[in-house]
Amino acid sequence: MIFLLKKDILSDKAKKILSYVPSAIFPAIIFPPIFLDSEGSLDLENNPKILAALFAIIVGYVSKNIIGTIFAGLISYWFLIFVYY
Amino acid sequence: MNNKLKTLAKGITDVGPLMIPVLPFGIIYGVIGMELGLSAYMTFGMSIIIFGGASQIVLLQLFSGGASSFVIITSVTAVNSRHLLYGAVFTEYLSHLKFLWKMILSYVLIDQAFAVSNTFFKENKDNKNKHYHLLGAGFTCWTIWQISTILGIVLGSVIPEKLGLSFTISLTFLAILINDFRKFKNIIVILVSGIVATIGYNTVPFQGYIIVASLTALIAATLLTILDFKKN
Repeated sequence: MIFLLKKDILSDKAKKILSYVPSAIFPAIIFPPIFLDSEGSLDLENNPKILAALFAIIVGYVSKNIIGTIFAGLISYWFLIFVYY
Repeated sequence: MNNKLKTLAKGITDVGPLMIPVLPFGIIYGVIGMELGLSAYMTFGMSIIIFGGASQIVLLQLFSGGASSFVIITSVTAVNSRHLLYGAVFTEYLSHLKFLWKMILSYVLIDQAFAVSNTFFKENKDNKNKHYHLLGAGFTCWTIWQISTILGIVLGSVIPEKLGLSFTISLTFLAILINDFRKFKNIIVILVSGIVATIGYNTVPFQGYIIVASLTALIAATLLTILDFKKN
């Protein structure tokens, strides 16, 4: 609803900082479920989620396609679970 | 009238593909809501009142972790704050509209609608009815979200946990964030947020890890911006 306010209520600096908000917020939701297991301890070895997430990031970076990224991550996750773990 | 309908339809078709991952997302939300013991009305009500997937999931996560109301409200506000960014970006295109239009468009403005409408607005600056694009995209998001929430409530425990559909949640946010991975300064902010959150998950009391991580990352972002502005 911010566009109920005046047009230039935010300074250039403020707008730049605001542009970092997704980068500041989303990782707080993304990282813990990937790196921590169900008890909350760090799980780096037996963790297909880390690899699947890395694969998804690479696919996303290269393809610039949101759905492709999600499916790449899911498919690699299922592959890793059913084949390796 | 013709242009309005065309633009509206474009909004709907542009956002269409992005709705595919929203379905499992909404279903998971509905399932978790029911599992936690929330009533169907409460679970569905949140989808109507809050209408923000990330916020609703975070609310459920914190609620199940036993966080206090203060922490829940602050964390959800933090997660919602990216909408300030969306609003700020759209002032340029939409500030001339009547109050009722702004209320409706603000309500349906979520990540996916922002993504497609932002592109459309940039390429169609002269279209007097461009706000119809956001209307179409936003309401499509809203409809799909409500339907998938209901599906999740109804299907409940039928979906096997092994599919790891909760991993879909992390993946969806990861996918939305991907573009930020291209900028070095953003990567720093991302790492700060993620690392602090992961450490904070067990060490910060009252489930405050989201707030602490976001604030720390924002401080880092502010420092980076100040350094940037000083150089120029």
